[in-house]
Amino acid sequence: MKAVLALEDGTLFEGEGFGAEGEVVGEIVFNTGMTGYQEVLTDPSYCGQVVIMTYPLIGNYGINIEDIESSKLQVKGFIVREQCKTPSNWRSVETLNDYLKRNRIIGIEGIDTRALTRMLRDKGTMKGIISTNTPFKFEDKVDLIKGYEIKQPVYQVTSRKVVHYGGTGLKVALIDYGIKRNIIRSLLKRDCDVYVFPAWSGPEEILDIHPDGIMLSNGPGDPKDCEKEINTIRELMGRKPIFGICLGHQLTALANGADTGKLKYGHRGCNHPVKDIEKDITYITSQNHGYAVLEESMDKGRMAVSHINMNDGTVEGVRYLDMPVFTVQFHPEAAPGPADTGYLFDEFIEMMREQKKVED
Amino acid sequence: MPKVDWIKKVLVIGSGPIIIGQAAEFDYSGTQACKALREEGIEVVLVNSNPATIMTDREAADRVYIEPITLDFVKKIIRREKPDGILASLGGQTGLNMAVRLAADGILDEMKIELLGTSLQSIKKAEDRELFKLTMQEIGEKVPHSVIVTNLQEAVAFARKVGFPIIIRPAYTLGGTGGGIAGNMEEFKYICGKGLKLSMINQVLLEQSVAGWKEIEYEVMRDGADNCIVVCNMENFDPVGVHTGDSIVVAPSQTLSDVEYQMLRSASIKIIRALDIKGGCNIQFALNPHSFEYVVIEVNPRVSRSSALASKATGYPIARVAAKIAIGLNLDEIRNSVTRNTYACFEPSLDYVVAKVPRWPFDKFSTADRSLGTQMKATGEVMAIGRTFEEALLKAIDSLDVKFNYQLGLSLFESKSAEELIEFMKKPHDQRIFAICKALQKGISAQEIVDITQIDIFFIKKLEKIVNLAEEVKNSGIAWLDYDLYSKAKKIGFGDSYIANLANVPLDSILELRHKFPVNPVYKMVDTCAGEFEAVTPYYYSTYEEKDDAVVSDKRKVVVLGSGPIRIGQGIEFDYCSVHSVKALKELGIESIIINNNPETVSTDFDTSDKLYFEPLTKECVLDVIVKEKPLGVIVQFGGQTAINLAAPLHKEGVKILGTSVEDIDVAEDRDKFLKLLEDLEIPIPPGSTAFSVAEAKSIAAGIGYPVLVRPSYVLGGRAMEIVYDDQTLEEYMNMAVDISSRHPVLIDKYILGKEVEVDGICDGSDVLIPGIMEHVERAGVHSGDSIAIYPPRSLSPKTKETIVDYTVKLAKALKVVGLFNIQFVLDANHKVYVIEVNPRASRTVPVMSKITGIPMVNVATKLIMGGRLKDLGYAPGLAEEAEFYAVKAPVFSFPKLTTVDTFLGPEMKSTGEVMGVDRDFKTALYKALVASGLKIPERGNVLLSVADRDKEECVAVARRLSELDFKLMATRNTHAYLSKAGMDVEYVSSENIRNYIQSDRVALVINTPTKGKIPSTAGFLLRRTAIEYNVPCITSLDTTHAVLEVLEMILHRKDSDIYTLDEYSK
Repeated sequence: MKAVLALEDGTLFEGEGFGAEGEVVGEIVFNTGMTGYQEVLTDPSYCGQVVIMTYPLIGNYGINIEDIESSKLQVKGFIVREQCKTPSNWRSVETLNDYLKRNRIIGIEGIDTRALTRMLRDKGTMKGIISTNTPFKFEDKVDLIKGYEIKQPVYQVTSRKVVHYGGTGLKVALIDYGIKRNIIRSLLKRDCDVYVFPAWSGPEEILDIHPDGIMLSNGPGDPKDCEKEINTIRELMGRKPIFGICLGHQLTALANGADTGKLKYGHRGCNHPVKDIEKDITYITSQNHGYAVLEESMDKGRMAVSHINMNDGTVEGVRYLDMPVFTVQFHPEAAPGPADTGYLFDEFIEMMREQKKVED
Repeated sequence: MPKVDWIKKVLVIGSGPIIIGQAAEFDYSGTQACKALREEGIEVVLVNSNPATIMTDREAADRVYIEPITLDFVKKIIRREKPDGILASLGGQTGLNMAVRLAADGILDEMKIELLGTSLQSIKKAEDRELFKLTMQEIGEKVPHSVIVTNLQEAVAFARKVGFPIIIRPAYTLGGTGGGIAGNMEEFKYICGKGLKLSMINQVLLEQSVAGWKEIEYEVMRDGADNCIVVCNMENFDPVGVHTGDSIVVAPSQTLSDVEYQMLRSASIKIIRALDIKGGCNIQFALNPHSFEYVVIEVNPRVSRSSALASKATGYPIARVAAKIAIGLNLDEIRNSVTRNTYACFEPSLDYVVAKVPRWPFDKFSTADRSLGTQMKATGEVMAIGRTFEEALLKAIDSLDVKFNYQLGLSLFESKSAEELIEFMKKPHDQRIFAICKALQKGISAQEIVDITQIDIFFIKKLEKIVNLAEEVKNSGIAWLDYDLYSKAKKIGFGDSYIANLANVPLDSILELRHKFPVNPVYKMVDTCAGEFEAVTPYYYSTYEEKDDAVVSDKRKVVVLGSGPIRIGQGIEFDYCSVHSVKALKELGIESIIINNNPETVSTDFDTSDKLYFEPLTKECVLDVIVKEKPLGVIVQFGGQTAINLAAPLHKEGVKILGTSVEDIDVAEDRDKFLKLLEDLEIPIPPGSTAFSVAEAKSIAAGIGYPVLVRPSYVLGGRAMEIVYDDQTLEEYMNMAVDISSRHPVLIDKYILGKEVEVDGICDGSDVLIPGIMEHVERAGVHSGDSIAIYPPRSLSPKTKETIVDYTVKLAKALKVVGLFNIQFVLDANHKVYVIEVNPRASRTVPVMSKITGIPMVNVATKLIMGGRLKDLGYAPGLAEEAEFYAVKAPVFSFPKLTTVDTFLGPEMKSTGEVMGVDRDFKTALYKALVASGLKIPERGNVLLSVADRDKEECVAVARRLSELDFKLMATRNTHAYLSKAGMDVEYVSSENIRNYIQSDRVALVINTPTKGKIPSTAGFLLRRTAIEYNVPCITSLDTTHAVLEVLEMILHRKDSDIYTLDEYSK
């Protein structure tokens, strides 16, 4: 089945369709991870986006029932050089093709993904369309592509109600802006008693459960669109220990008067070096973000850069000096990617314990 | 942390000669390290006995010692140079072992010299099996059920307890020497006995076999501040059980999910931290294909063959970074030289697939055991890059430079039945992949093959895809070969000649199609970051896609062809030549482009040439690059026979071959044309003729008289050259060796038993410069690559030299040589000079001659190729003045690793590497060369003599000299009888007792000359193999014996030897 990928600037790529048939518009982004496609497909931060995998062979180890980061496929479309029709791994239950088809996601293969990636690197993130409908006429689709906008993506992916994951340890209120399951797993592994709140939950509602700490999750889209959430965080500041990841990190910065900006083509992959300035060690991190906190906008009296990206110098972590709050841009929960920064969860646990001692 | 400021001078230890398990990769890593250190303002002292390396160039280090890497010599260097630190982790196992020995010796403490990078403690933790096991247990990493034993009784007890199969790994050896998998007690006892003997510390590890699990490797780096990164992971095509050096390896891993990938990655980081390694290390895991269970098989606390591969596969310069870490820099302070915008503290992301395929020496060793196990047998390897696994694999197979009729060698198994194929596939073998393809073609299911081979179905399915597409092309034929099918075939990696083969049409028909469509490759960049950042590496590979990354400049440029994988007869010396040619082009302001496919080499380092195309050295791939780059021409004379063989096909396509013309190359290589030329020049050549039948062969032999040198004009997987002494052997040879026919005649030449001499010359078309003449220790009949060679010659009269120079000049002029050439001569008993052959290209001895004479031969040759004249470059024609120093080149063999290969020296080359000994005094130079070559020269003990009838008379003198040196003599039946009759006191050893004597350490040296060549069942063969297997030196030529005796006399007189830097003799 022939398929076409068209970018908003008129660039056309021809390939073969796989997964579902039809047409899909989205923001095109690339991910440089060599493994972890299943985690990528199910990561809610990709809501509204069509993902290119730069590694050419995707689907090699098939699809298993465990490595999912949310209850459904989150990407709008999937672009690969070659999908593997004959996967091999002991946990695999189906092929990538069947998985996409079953979940009605359109994929396209046979694309010169390196050329496409270089184009996005040079020109910045673009919108585009994948279509298996023939004949395809770009002129007919220009308006559709250009008019595409990801509307309130956080509300599309957040939990509809409070969900409780029982644990015997510290009680954590986890605000879900599009949470990856491994954040929950990382807390549960540390015996936490986890309550997942919908993104729109208000401060009182959250504090009502008397959490020992609050976690702000990752999530999709432009942080500035989340006004209500920013206000909530502002209210929560200083009341409980807070640990934010990705979108949670950006929202906390906005709640504290700092600014965020869009990166030219974002950071998406498993190999980004980030320096923990306090430890003076560089870790390899998992990343997925298109926006970043702008260092010059930070109130240095209250906020300190705790982590920095070694590739482009962007802010990767903020410590709030006058209260037990810290946030990171990267993904310490990994999945996919290296687990080198898993220690941050331990630091959060430690912070909650300290605070508890103070309160007691 | 910035660089440690007290480190001002560092001694870098190289890896010595090329042997199986330790090849060119350490020239690459050592050269990178020297460069990295000097960039930081550190004075670098280097020791390596291998002259055919870039690292031993004057430009590579501040002070270069081409001396043996033995405790004695390295200590001398240390005392003279007083370095602040020693960097040993870049010189392979040789370097590492030397570091351990230096530390044990006490000299490091005494002189307050730091072992830089990984500490002694860390080396021990990784290398000592018991300590390693303990360390792994402490951090909760599993290792296979195992035990360390120091004697056979303990070993047997363990085997009784855990059952078979059991893997045997001797401690402190390289390439798994002496190791193996035993399936029963008999095998077990044999391998254990050998392993105990070969281990430096008489220690072997026995472990329960996890054969069949996935073998996964991680290349990890760590600095002094505890920053850790994983450069690359790799998955072996073959499951655990085949040495990783003998397995096809793919990067990155293909069948691991992120969970598995990260699980092993995290374990790797835990391990490198526990071992406290500062620099690079390689960690091998066995992963259960049906669960998350894994075990750590091995850690190499140093850069390795795998790290060289990982560097080339990712673009990340591991050795360079390891060297910087060793002097105190941290990963986040070292610039990434690929992007120049980022730091070394990151993990490369690949947007392509890399396949490495080993190159085995079995084409040379027809009697070798080709089965693969834990003992490495490959001499070299190739790497290819593609956008799919299939493409990378097929390109790699093309790069092997082994001629199959098909790209996948399917004809190899054409006549085999399904049952035979199944039987064949059961045991790992160098040709198994081709058997698998044939089996798939015959309809044996992928699953059945997985069950037999335990190779992951992912890979088998990929092979099936290749086989199926081949069938499709075959069935469609040229008539139905449309654009879609053709481009599909190109995308999967089929070469045009393969497609032509499949479609059963001449290549030209396919090329016509290709131009008509047109379908052409694009070149993608290896940039470490999957296109995420802009990169500056001029490092490319071809693929069939849409966009090209390679920017073609409008500068004057030249393509230099490399020599492909390291193999017997074509070693690292040609990489040395290619690199020097590139450097000369740079001096001339010409853009240099390298095409090569050997990941171990300096030539494929991304900053050696202006542009690197990592491609198969096939006509198609080279032409594609030429079409794209439009160079002034191509230089073929530095890339060994691989490159020379491409001269004519490229020339036919209108490519300009720079240097000696294709027509003249042909005159030197075509026997008839060459004979005619010699006749015209009145230069003698040993008489001989071409035989088309057995009878004809006999009559030619009768005419010229025995002994004769026979060789097939066309060699196909069989036996090549041999010296034959009588009719019977000639008949045997003719019947066994070759399928004699009018198309494949046999050449029969008079074998002249005399001194062999060789000359390397440089010619600009009219003037000829001869840097020097070398004479061989062994008489003609021993391949020049296997003989000890001496410069300047000691036994040639001025008149003989004059004749040699005269012939050399005449030949070079007649062949209108532009660039380098090499001529082999033989002198008969009356000192008459005969020419044996002329090679219109760089030879094996170019590095030795360049280094001893100080004439940068390749540099000069390249300038001549580009139009320069010798006179303008300041070189007077004729024989250059002889140096004041002697240089002795000695061959190095890898026999312990190649079981069932006969070790005697003959007309077919067997050595894998070479060393050079240099001294003012000839005997000392010879001594250094022999010591560096690893020959254990015993100073006392029993010498076992067993020589052929023709050598018996000469043997008496040898025996006498040995006796005078207080050696006890032993001999086999006939030799014993002869020596006794001559009045010598000799102990008789019956052939049944030989093994026993050797096994029980009662023989210190074996001197054996072969009676009949190449028949494995003879007593002589068994004697030679037994000696090798029990690590007892065995000399197979009386000429070599004389040389050894000279050295022995010197050693016993306790004469001390001096050491010299390259600058002291190479003016």
